[in-house]
Amino acid sequence: MPKLCVLCKEKRAVLKRPKTAQQICRTCFYAVFELEVHITIQDSKLFKAGDKVAIAASGGKDSTVLAHVMTTLNERYNYGLDLCLLSVDEGITGYRDDSLETVKRNEKQYKIPLKIVSYDELYGWSMDAIVKEIGMKNNCTFCGVFRRQALDRGAAMLGVDHIVTGHNADDIAETVLMNILRGDISRLQRCTAIRTSTDETIPRSKPFKHTYEKEIVMYAYFKQLDYFSTECIYSPNAYRGHARALLKDLEQIRPSAIMDIVHSGEAYASRKPTRRLNEVNESAVPTVGLIGNCERCGYMTSQKLCKACVLLEGLNRGLPQIAIGNSSKY
Amino acid sequence: MVLTVKLEFSGGMELLFNNEKKKTVVLPDTFVAGAATLLDLLPWLRDNLLTERAELFMQGDSVRPGILVLVNDADWELEGELEYVIKDQDTFVFISTLHGG
Repeated sequence: MPKLCVLCKEKRAVLKRPKTAQQICRTCFYAVFELEVHITIQDSKLFKAGDKVAIAASGGKDSTVLAHVMTTLNERYNYGLDLCLLSVDEGITGYRDDSLETVKRNEKQYKIPLKIVSYDELYGWSMDAIVKEIGMKNNCTFCGVFRRQALDRGAAMLGVDHIVTGHNADDIAETVLMNILRGDISRLQRCTAIRTSTDETIPRSKPFKHTYEKEIVMYAYFKQLDYFSTECIYSPNAYRGHARALLKDLEQIRPSAIMDIVHSGEAYASRKPTRRLNEVNESAVPTVGLIGNCERCGYMTSQKLCKACVLLEGLNRGLPQIAIGNSSKY
Repeated sequence: MVLTVKLEFSGGMELLFNNEKKKTVVLPDTFVAGAATLLDLLPWLRDNLLTERAELFMQGDSVRPGILVLVNDADWELEGELEYVIKDQDTFVFISTLHGG
């Protein structure tokens, strides 16, 4: 005997929402899913009409659904946004080159322009070359740092006002767990912010902050949105894997755990605004968390040199371990 | 009565099952219509169709957390999960969420 949707009470329920345990039908699912993202965007006042917004797209499930939902909401609620797709090619053969094909398809499907920036172009090092040099440990550190900058540089080239990424509630909960497990207070305070920006960088936000990964996958499945899905070949030893396993086990027992962890993470967020390095008497105040500019490339950093420059220095000098490990924690 | 089921694998699950995204299988006599459940089917899939890395498919009696299961296009949580009784021509979809987005 099929269960009926608790919202419309007409159609057959096809999904049990992890957030609320409600059993809902396909149509109601699409409606609440899209509406919740819209509310997240409105409540956090993420955009204003006329903004040019780059959707960071990897071809994976989150960014594919993000491209679809942003295009839908932009039209439905007249956000007045000028949307485009921005992809980063880290140079991972067999992984990234395949997923980029998906983004190229998305470009045609949603009719929004695509720009691809590559590590090779920006830094002279592809991930394949980096992994060859340093092996399978700590390579995610390089990739994450480089990718963040690559997105900013790509966005600057496109002249956008805003970047949106597909990070979902599960991702943020994993990050909170990782930061707690590693005792990284400064990151813990920053990681649940829906929007991050300083004076120099293009603001970026996470419209899926309150969206469960399970619902993103189900949305893509029901709507038949095609995406690329393989684990990055260089990631098996990533620390995040442990946090993810823990989170998934917790979700089995109590699905609201994911939202609860994000909420706990928010409670740690500092209420003091970050101040500029040159506004402060350096000898009197600790420099952790104060934002300034890299002496070499001008990118934002809380140190003298930004992390990407330090990592690149290490790679180019044949001493890639320079920036990895306790001495480099910031 | 013979039980025939349709299987679909996506989100990367297909890599564990010989790269086949869709497959129809006729279950052996040990699967009795009206009695056989998903609790019985999962280990059978692991032992007969899985081509590698069983630990990425199952954890204990159930699927590894992070793998979504659909029964005739509906969330298996609505159908009793492992206790769901298999009917002839049922479709089961296994979607992995354990990869980058």
